[in-house]
Amino acid sequence: MARGIKDKVAILGMGCSKFGERWESGAEELMVEAFEEAIGDAGVDASQIDAAWFSTHYEEINVGKGGLPLSVTLRLPNIAVTRVENFCASGSEAFRGAVYAVASGACDIALALGVEKLKDTGYGGLPGSLGGTLNAQWAATGSAPGNFAQLASAYRAKHGVSRDDLKRALAHISVKSHANGAKNDKAHLQKAITEEQALNAPMIAEPLGLFDCCGVSDGAAACIVTTPEIARSLGKANVVTVKALQLSLSNGSESGHNSWDGSYFHTTRIAARKAYEEAGIHNARDEVSMFECHDCFSVTELVTMEDLQLSPEGGAIKDVLDGFYDADGQIPCQIDGGLKCFGHPIGASGIRMLYEMYLQLQGRAGPRQLANPTIGMTHNLGGSPMSNVAAVCIIGAA
Amino acid sequence: MPGITAFGGYVPRLRLSRQAIAAAHSWSDPAIKARGKGERSFCNWDEDTVTMGVEAARDCLGEGSEGQPAGSPDAIYFASTTFPFVERQNAGILATALGLDGDCMALDLTGSQRAGTTALLQALAAVAGGQVEDALVVVSDQRRAKASSAGEFAYGDGAAAVRVSADDGLLRFRGGHSVTVDFIDHFRAEGEAFEYTWEERWIRDEGLAKIVPPAITRALAKAGVSADDVAHFCMPSTIGRAVAGIARSAGIADAAVRDNLHGGLGECGCAHALVMLLHALEGDVEPGDIIVVAAFGQGCDVLVFEATAALTAQVPAGRLGIRGALAAGKSTDNYQQYLAFNDLITLEKGMRAERDDYKTALTVTYRKRDMLLGLVGGRCTRCGTLQFPRTDVCVNPQCRAHHTQEPYAFRDEPAQVLTWSADYLTYIPNPPSHYGMITFDNGGRFMTDFTDVDVGDLEVGTRVRMMFRIKSVDSLRGFVRYFWKAVPVREVVASSAAAAG
Repeated sequence: MARGIKDKVAILGMGCSKFGERWESGAEELMVEAFEEAIGDAGVDASQIDAAWFSTHYEEINVGKGGLPLSVTLRLPNIAVTRVENFCASGSEAFRGAVYAVASGACDIALALGVEKLKDTGYGGLPGSLGGTLNAQWAATGSAPGNFAQLASAYRAKHGVSRDDLKRALAHISVKSHANGAKNDKAHLQKAITEEQALNAPMIAEPLGLFDCCGVSDGAAACIVTTPEIARSLGKANVVTVKALQLSLSNGSESGHNSWDGSYFHTTRIAARKAYEEAGIHNARDEVSMFECHDCFSVTELVTMEDLQLSPEGGAIKDVLDGFYDADGQIPCQIDGGLKCFGHPIGASGIRMLYEMYLQLQGRAGPRQLANPTIGMTHNLGGSPMSNVAAVCIIGAA
Repeated sequence: MPGITAFGGYVPRLRLSRQAIAAAHSWSDPAIKARGKGERSFCNWDEDTVTMGVEAARDCLGEGSEGQPAGSPDAIYFASTTFPFVERQNAGILATALGLDGDCMALDLTGSQRAGTTALLQALAAVAGGQVEDALVVVSDQRRAKASSAGEFAYGDGAAAVRVSADDGLLRFRGGHSVTVDFIDHFRAEGEAFEYTWEERWIRDEGLAKIVPPAITRALAKAGVSADDVAHFCMPSTIGRAVAGIARSAGIADAAVRDNLHGGLGECGCAHALVMLLHALEGDVEPGDIIVVAAFGQGCDVLVFEATAALTAQVPAGRLGIRGALAAGKSTDNYQQYLAFNDLITLEKGMRAERDDYKTALTVTYRKRDMLLGLVGGRCTRCGTLQFPRTDVCVNPQCRAHHTQEPYAFRDEPAQVLTWSADYLTYIPNPPSHYGMITFDNGGRFMTDFTDVDVGDLEVGTRVRMMFRIKSVDSLRGFVRYFWKAVPVREVVASSAAAAG
């Protein structure tokens, strides 16, 4: 019987670069920026890192394949560096590698660093990917907004929601994230918007308008982990430990078997259930203090609230409009602005989410600081609603 | 006697108003306004000669339709002057897309505006000689014409298919005659995008009027039929009244001259003689009627048919025919869109369009040819679950059996929309890009592109049918990738087909 990851690993230090259109910086400069903050926060030397996990998605336009880009950029002391890639959940995957290394006892101190340099493409939005020699010949045309917008059609049909009611809830989600991002000087987008702006924005993929889509940003984030014992021996107070770390991947049933109705994330539900079990959480709506969800699009955030058991099924719209997830609501969501406003450098995003939860738990979140949070959760999703990687991570006070 | 046992047609949905063409060009040629009457068909960006040919052949083969000969044709004749591939047999693409038995002779015929009638003559000869039992003849054309040229007004895009066997079937072949003369009314050299055309009056008086009538007389003589007995004369020409003159010279009654469908369709290249024949068969031909089909191009072909008693219910339910396809048209005055779809204007496509310029792994194209061209998926023999694509492991979470799937074709499976979006971000030649998940009624689903769809057409639950289309084009290497897309089933389709029947 597996015993799970709870309280076996502590976060020793974290760092995050400024996200945004970093015209002056390449991936290497972004990595250094995030790493310098993390290693300073950890209070150790780079020579004490036993192994590293490096996440980046678009190697073609980025730093190339393999672990070498991290090792060479940071001049790491010839340690093992593993490059991981799991779509937009790559950052959580890097974190998982480092956490498992420490939990196994193989490493005392491990590094997870994610980076993405997206603004060297020459256009907005994400580059397309071919998906292999066979998929390129038959897979439907698609963009991230078009794939995630599919959720809206199925959610509306299942719950009998009008387009206008859905659009209002989606607008509230984006207005809330912009309000939060305005308090984050590392965020890509730091301007508040109004509901009218969100509702009247140019259409990207029906029914998602411009403000329903997250920022396409350059950025890097880093996390150094160790055991709770070593963290304390290094003089750390307020130690934050990993309570749960779960990944669930589609196996083709959503995209190929007529058992999924298209309105929710099958994998997120499984990852959330396992994570709550691992963390010993019995009622997520009452016990989770705050969370960062993978709000690549407003509609993703809406259905994820239900998939994470925070809103009842079909009840997310009401919770959103009631302000349940606003900064002053019961469970603040995207308190750092989320993917929507902090930005979404693919390979870094999972670690960026943890960065905010870590700062909040340590009381270091500045103007965004929430009152006494105890349990923070991240939900990091890669792929599309019909085929994806869902990562749920829960951290809290040791 | 050999004859035609089944027929089917296809016309792309789009119809361009000729008034819109005339309006665009009247600044340089005020007289061009006179041409601005009626409509011409044109291909969506993802249609070409091959995709139209597949749809016409599906309409002809019509699985489950009444009176269809059983089994798979053992020969396929494909005629066009606008094949997408100069090398790579186009008929072979058709055969795979249609799921025909691989034990099949296949031939591409091209090079002349009578390639379609020559293909039919060859098929009739082959079945008469016993070399072939059951031939499928597919004719399809998408002629390119320079902007503001006479061809731009006169041409249309379309396809027809007929099935030929040694038994008369619906139309008995009574006889035919061909003459070959190097009369150059127009030509198009290898590698040239457009044709070069000589003066119409010379073509009419020195070519059509002198070459065709004697050939008709010879064909009728061979068929043992008097010109007086000809009830329907199907001959295309873009030159006004030329065909009426030919009929008169040959002794065929004025009333027998068929409408060339210029008004609502345009001339579909070497497919047009058979398109006109189908149009006649779908409502105007009685058993016993004599039909003459002729096509002109470096000489001419003349074919004489007699309708049999079997020709009664012309368009079986579920089939479209030329009349059904004509009735299902969507009129537009968007001349710019026509120019874009026919690559007649240099458009800024944006950087996103660059992503498609990767090479196609031909090893994969071959390995998965039934899947990619034939939309063949799998059926699990253990749990019965239909699935696409066919894989080694069953997709049913309750089954997951290994190596249990047998081929199962989804081409004709009824389906509906589960999820959809209209995407304005992704590059597509006809934005917005509509795509989404469809579920097949009998099981199976996949994310598909929708085509021939307008904003507002799709809802969860919208009924769709699958059509063979261009998936994408590798313009760097000149390779066209084909796959299947979903098209909304429209009311007009069903009602018009019924009306035509």
